[in-house]
Amino acid sequence: MNFTLKVWRQKDAQSKGHFETYKVEHISHGTSFLEMLDILNEQLINEQADPIAFSKGCKDGETCIADSGPVSFDHDCREGICGACSLYINGRAHGPENEVTTCQLYMRKFKDGSTITVEPWRSAAFPVIKDLVVDRSALDKIMQAGGFISVRTGSVPDANATPIAKEKADESMDAAACIGCGACVATCKNGSAMLFIGARVSSLALLPQGKIESKRRAMSMIAKMDELGFGNCTNTRACEMECPKHVSISHIARLNREFLKGKFSK
Amino acid sequence: MEDNKLISHIPDGPITKKWTKHKSEVKVVSPGNKRKLEVIVVGTGLAGASAAASLGELGYNVKVFCISDSPRRAHSIAAQGGINAAKNYQNDNDSIYRLFVDTVKGGDFRSREGNVFRLAEVSNNIIDQCVAQGVPFAREYGGLLANRSFGGAQVSRTFYARGQTGQQLLLGAYAAMNSQIAAGTVKSYPRHEMMDLVLINGEAKGIIARNIVTGKIERFGAHAVVLATGGYGHVYFLSTNAMNSNGSAAWQCYKKGAYFGNPCFAQIHPTCIPVRGHQQSKLTLMSESLRNDGRIWVPKFKEDVDKLRRHEITGSQIPEDRRDYYLERRYPAFGNLVPRDIASRAAKERCDAGFGVNTTGKAVFLDFSSAIQRLGEDKIRERYGNLFQMYEEITSFNAYKEPMMIYPAIHYTMGGLWVDYDLQTTIPGLYAIGEANFSDHGGNRLGASALMQGLADGYFILPCTIGNYLAHKIQEPKTDTNAPEFDTAEKAVKERIAKLFAIKGKRSPDSIHKALGDIMWEYVGMSRNEAGLKTAIEEIKKLKDEFWSNVYVAGTNDGFNQELEKANRLADFFEIGDLMARDALQRRESCGGHFREEMQTEEGEAKRDDKNFMFVSAWEYKGEESKPELHKEPLNFEFVPVATRNYKD
Repeated sequence: MNFTLKVWRQKDAQSKGHFETYKVEHISHGTSFLEMLDILNEQLINEQADPIAFSKGCKDGETCIADSGPVSFDHDCREGICGACSLYINGRAHGPENEVTTCQLYMRKFKDGSTITVEPWRSAAFPVIKDLVVDRSALDKIMQAGGFISVRTGSVPDANATPIAKEKADESMDAAACIGCGACVATCKNGSAMLFIGARVSSLALLPQGKIESKRRAMSMIAKMDELGFGNCTNTRACEMECPKHVSISHIARLNREFLKGKFSK
Repeated sequence: MEDNKLISHIPDGPITKKWTKHKSEVKVVSPGNKRKLEVIVVGTGLAGASAAASLGELGYNVKVFCISDSPRRAHSIAAQGGINAAKNYQNDNDSIYRLFVDTVKGGDFRSREGNVFRLAEVSNNIIDQCVAQGVPFAREYGGLLANRSFGGAQVSRTFYARGQTGQQLLLGAYAAMNSQIAAGTVKSYPRHEMMDLVLINGEAKGIIARNIVTGKIERFGAHAVVLATGGYGHVYFLSTNAMNSNGSAAWQCYKKGAYFGNPCFAQIHPTCIPVRGHQQSKLTLMSESLRNDGRIWVPKFKEDVDKLRRHEITGSQIPEDRRDYYLERRYPAFGNLVPRDIASRAAKERCDAGFGVNTTGKAVFLDFSSAIQRLGEDKIRERYGNLFQMYEEITSFNAYKEPMMIYPAIHYTMGGLWVDYDLQTTIPGLYAIGEANFSDHGGNRLGASALMQGLADGYFILPCTIGNYLAHKIQEPKTDTNAPEFDTAEKAVKERIAKLFAIKGKRSPDSIHKALGDIMWEYVGMSRNEAGLKTAIEEIKKLKDEFWSNVYVAGTNDGFNQELEKANRLADFFEIGDLMARDALQRRESCGGHFREEMQTEEGEAKRDDKNFMFVSAWEYKGEESKPELHKEPLNFEFVPVATRNYKD
């Protein structure tokens, strides 16, 4: 398969970005999107490392030497769980497929010969570091504000001391499936992190162990979100649609309940 | 020849009392003094995050480093199947002792009894701890915790959170660490890569790190350094490891004098999605839990194999009496749940004999049809739905209808930095935990035991044992990062980076890494022989020379540069691969994941040589131009009778 790629290039946070157009050829159906980018990078590196050999193969009028070198993009596990990969592909977070991350997106899902546009997450709270790489450390800061149960190592009861209804545990797990990729923030027109926070607060609020600090957790995580420049939720459900783990906005509802309980019990 | 540096410090006395006795003798640091002491933790997987959290809770000042944009991305997150513990919640006669015996036996008698018993002992505390942190483990309708079985065990002792156990445990440890960041005891440095270890008077006192965003080379000092940087499986390029997993931090410690234990013990996981083509960047694991209900087979007859390869028939069309369930045939007692090394070799044996079921000849079937008949498709979907979905996304095949195709792939490294009972390396003040050390799994790790070991080390063992070292440092001032030792180390790091850029050759780091992976898989992979290992050493040397003369590192050092990261890690992978081959060459026996073709029984089973090889190999770096020196830590088995592993009856 062959593709034309329009890729966002940006030297660093201070520089202005722009699109560059590249061609990739002989891509197998089973190749993943990120492997396709690996192939593009191999091409760009070869052109830069050996400009003379490559210009021989150039058609007239085409720019062959890529001045900006290989494209930077975040990735790690390549099996859809670490949450490192991001990318806005043809205007959608993690590309056209539902419930997969970019690393689980395969080229057979694209039309041979088509043009694919690749951009970084775009959100005020996620400044671009380089090309397609953004700074998502704001999500860590929100977690540090209260996304935990205060429990010391060792000072805990037996694991089976508190039975938890299977339905509650299952729903807690549904929320805990969040991989912290930031697709929800990038998709939201308000740049809100409510689905991200909702997933954590709800997952813990559903368990007896997490209930105790639930109100305080909701209030401090939301306060931190506001402080870091994220927007708020207006219930468009775009986040839920684009979440690769299909975390439901019902968790935002539970977050709101915990938040309000916190407000009124003050 | 016993080495005076290689003293394991295993406490005396009966196995059940060793850890209790040791804990009561470990030196304790008072709260007031803990506040004055600094500890660096490198890596934020299960071991690193849990250690950082627990050390912070105790009151130490912790600096924690990771290469990812967030500590939560460490590759522990990808562990699927579960975590073992000897809770005996299933009333199937499990016990600490049984978990201990299974692990020693699973490791093919190449681990230390004392360490393994301690691991089994603290396994139960881990489950308690994780539940208290809000880890949503699978539960039964009565509200109590559920279990399943893993390879190498005849009991159900594995706790799990769907197919995302590693993720959930890591989020627990990450959250515990976050609570300490909030409390001010832990400071986190994401996107920082350790480039070197700094020794002052022979003791670990700091690190040199590269800020991955700015490219700046930075100095960090502490009273002790804890390495939790995982394994080196990515040396094979294609593996189940993450793309950024690497062995460089541990390797720098080796080059500063820490001995490296059992480098040749690498685990090959039997159930991964087969290699598809040259554009592939990594291999995806299908959880071992699938072997609870999946049956592994290949056709009995070559004519069926040919038809499969010509796509004339599919696996489901081959009738029962024309199938060879080779694990059930060869190992009736454990069947499809034999340990990983045995399952992997058996798959290779069938494929080498010409029974591989795909066009490359390198795949076997993992079949759920009898489980679906027995339990219904819904039950199987509930148990493994996300894995079946992942399989379909990658291969476009529906595993409810057709058997999965799987093949072994590199997954984990049992080898790592040599540590004593306190988890201290041969460098005073340098500790190694989790996959980064060599300690508990011997020649082969059992499924669901990596999570157990990482968390045991991080939550319960290291925070206690490090007191033995730090208690002597309470009067030591904060490490001065302007000391000449830091100057020298920083200079060396900068020179190495400059050298990489200056080569300006023609090949990308990735293309050379793939070539290294091919050599490693061919000669230092699932089965090894003397001639092949010697070839590997020569080929690696040639490739390393080519790298240092012909690699092209794009970009510059003054900012974010993934090509530099790759080149820097690859430079160490040549040396790691070389040491793995040397270790495999000296170990003229087959044991665990290390199979020497010269050493096998008539039935093709691994043949251990306890008389000559019942030791941990611990390698000492002797400089760029010299060969490393082998030291041996003898292993004694007082409690588990040494025997040939038998999974047949």
